[in-house]
Amino acid sequence: MMDDEKTNIEAIYPLGEKQPDRVRTRNGRPLADLTLDNLLTGYVAASDFGITAEGLRLQAAIAEQAGRPNLAQNLRRGAELVEIPDDVLLGVYELLRPGRAQSADDIRVAANQLREIYAAKETASLLEEAALVYERRGIFQRRF
Amino acid sequence: MSPSQNNWARYDLWDERHLSHDRFAVEDPENGFCASASPYDPKPSLVIEAGRIVEMDGVQASEFDMIDEFIARHYFDLTIAEEAMALDSREFARMLVDVNVPRARLVKLSRGMTPAKLAEVLGHLNTLELAFANSKLRCRRQPSNQAHVTNAKDDPVQMAADAATAALYGFDEIETTVRVARNGRTNAIACAVGAAVVRDGVLIQCSLEEAEELRIALAGFTSYTETMSVYGTEASFIDGDDTPWSKAFLTAVYAARGLKARCTSGSSAELLMGFHERKSMLYLEARCVCLQRAMGVQGTQNGGIDGAPLTSSVPRGGWELLAENVLAALLDLECASGNDTRHSESEIRVGAKIMPYLMSGTDFICSGFGSIPKYDNSFNASLFNAEEMEDFLALQREFQVEGGLQHVPEDQLLAARARAIEAISAVLETLNLGRLTEAQKKSVLYANGSDETTSYMPGEVAGMNAALIERNITFVEVVQALAARGFTTEAARLLSIARQRVTGDYLQTSAIIRDGRVVSAVNDPNRYSGPGTGYVMTEERRQAINRIRREVSKQDVLAGEGISGQKDSRRWRFESKGEARKGDDPREVVIGISPGFGVKLHKTTGGVPLYKVLAALLVGIREKGCHPRVVRVRHTADTSFLGLTAARLAGSGVGIGIQGKGTTVIHRHDQAPHMNLELFSQAPLIGEADYRLIGGNAARYALGQSPVPVSIPYRGQALGARFHVQTAMLYAIETSMIEPGQNPEALEVEFYDGR
Repeated sequence: MMDDEKTNIEAIYPLGEKQPDRVRTRNGRPLADLTLDNLLTGYVAASDFGITAEGLRLQAAIAEQAGRPNLAQNLRRGAELVEIPDDVLLGVYELLRPGRAQSADDIRVAANQLREIYAAKETASLLEEAALVYERRGIFQRRF
Repeated sequence: MSPSQNNWARYDLWDERHLSHDRFAVEDPENGFCASASPYDPKPSLVIEAGRIVEMDGVQASEFDMIDEFIARHYFDLTIAEEAMALDSREFARMLVDVNVPRARLVKLSRGMTPAKLAEVLGHLNTLELAFANSKLRCRRQPSNQAHVTNAKDDPVQMAADAATAALYGFDEIETTVRVARNGRTNAIACAVGAAVVRDGVLIQCSLEEAEELRIALAGFTSYTETMSVYGTEASFIDGDDTPWSKAFLTAVYAARGLKARCTSGSSAELLMGFHERKSMLYLEARCVCLQRAMGVQGTQNGGIDGAPLTSSVPRGGWELLAENVLAALLDLECASGNDTRHSESEIRVGAKIMPYLMSGTDFICSGFGSIPKYDNSFNASLFNAEEMEDFLALQREFQVEGGLQHVPEDQLLAARARAIEAISAVLETLNLGRLTEAQKKSVLYANGSDETTSYMPGEVAGMNAALIERNITFVEVVQALAARGFTTEAARLLSIARQRVTGDYLQTSAIIRDGRVVSAVNDPNRYSGPGTGYVMTEERRQAINRIRREVSKQDVLAGEGISGQKDSRRWRFESKGEARKGDDPREVVIGISPGFGVKLHKTTGGVPLYKVLAALLVGIREKGCHPRVVRVRHTADTSFLGLTAARLAGSGVGIGIQGKGTTVIHRHDQAPHMNLELFSQAPLIGEADYRLIGGNAARYALGQSPVPVSIPYRGQALGARFHVQTAMLYAIETSMIEPGQNPEALEVEFYDGR
């Protein structure tokens, strides 16, 4: 976000209404392309209907500006995950649930993958933090 | 408990009431039955060394459990923590209800307060103060409401019709869930399609196991989640099959896919799960909401939720539930404020429970108002349900408070239901999932609930869901199916919601979509700072809230009277015979009828036609050996003066006064106006036979006897609620016909049926 915008969220939010030109679909098309006709002719597809990392960072900046740093942080983590396939995300989620990982190393391996393959630095840090805490609190006990 | 155990008979009466099903828990902090301020709750503390938290609420960092750890790492604004923790808790509590302290200042200070500190602060507010604080602290200016839409058969056709119904009544979010775990997709599709029949922007969620819920959202059938549960103790959290980190990760995943998300927490969850650690409910919930803000989720569904009945069973339980919601608002979280579980069998407790929420407003008054009948609610009965929806509308109207709902005229309702049934049927047919007969569709159209439908059964629905998964159907195929069958408006509306996943505007705090536009705490922030600020209803909205069934206008009353009057004109006639004189027959009883009696008014509020009333009085007088005479009183319509006027014209000195609405008095010429012989003020309860008895008693007074007064049995009905609207209007008609100074006139009365 540019500096002058910081003084005036009202001028840009909601983006879809006030600045639709800044919004792109997951496949890089302008928001205006998401019409019924385009969907029926197959010009746009289901895969278009997703937010981009850039879009999430823009929303994160709006949240930050609105005084919500935690929400902004979450949206930035989300931005890192945009390009990661669903099954990978569901796999990491499963690994973080209690008793799924056998040791902190399992989680650290996943953290490394997020960092190295997907450049998801903040999320990787979150996983590493989890590894540390799970270890201290004994969360690796088998549950089923 | 058998009634025979009671000595005092009133306990038998109380044992028959709905309240008698409720059980109340003894306050017992040792065993977790404690709303707030348990002796085992920690004292607030926060020790920071070199920018790191080394102690929080009496626990050293090395001993932090997962919840402490996550809060310590992610919750605090350390620049304000010292000032915030040093602030006297009562002083801060006073700031919460001070209209001159801006919300932003309070939110900022909260970021420096530990869970124990926050619980201590709220402990200083009483229920009224909590509600007031909530009106100041809640995030979005406009209150809203969320519906449960489910049914006992997981029938998508009924679900679509009920989703359309919910959207019409005003719900901005619809939450569904399943009876059979694998039926999530059809439920979600049905709710989305049904709501799209009515308007653009109703958000849909399908509450399921976390990973499955996410899969359905990824297919584009839902637009938000709120069942990301968090708990206040580590052992409960693990039993809930998650950790703060798994939930924080999941929260980020929802953001990554452009889906709105809120967490769920609520008191008594830990108690029900057996891991309460002897802490008070409010302290545990303070940990939950601090954790949620630390995770960066935009909002919460809290206020007991499934645990609300248990919380409500302890002393101060209702207060505690409200305190949880206020805490969420203070922490700047969107708050779907519970009120989604029936906490009591007592309708009085239900109505009382909702009032502080209606008065203060919340982001979502109910995090699931049962818009369907209780037995169709797959979450279990909500606080308010289809059964009580009009009670809720009446509360909104009576107190002019915003609960997000409004009355819907029946033709509009049935049209929307019919279209929703056709739209979902079109989708199911086009996708080769099922085909209904016209009779089956019709059974849904008029149904109150699934007891009356003959459409789909759970087994058939499970087959549809298997096919949806097998064929990898997404919202795109649903939109195409709608468009192919001519439901282009609905198709466009589904597309409009899907566009939100691209812009992400509804990821901001407290977002709803009204008429296709995102309204959130960013562009519609609550800035309540005293009377006339914050949410003020528009005149248009006020008119909408005022609409309700059984509204009665003067025209309605007059129309009803007119119709019965036409009918009755063939039953009797009366003719004026000039000014009425005083009689000298000692057996004469005069009946003084009011100015409107039989002229503009034709039946009593008890529904007895006035010609029958008069005939019964005449018969009653005659059969006791007296002679009745009828006069029309013109100068008054007041019962007492009608009666006294009649008595003073009567040769016996005894008269009957009667109004068009049926109120009757027996009077004597020498009595003070309001010191009558017998008064029958409960006109709605007086039957034709009673009027005959009244006539008889008047005659007996005339003969110098002392009859047993006529008793009209009364069983405690709220006569004012039932009849006063009509009564006031009917009486206004009478008073408008008064001719001051005019003397009574003699009437000749004739009944055509021979009496």
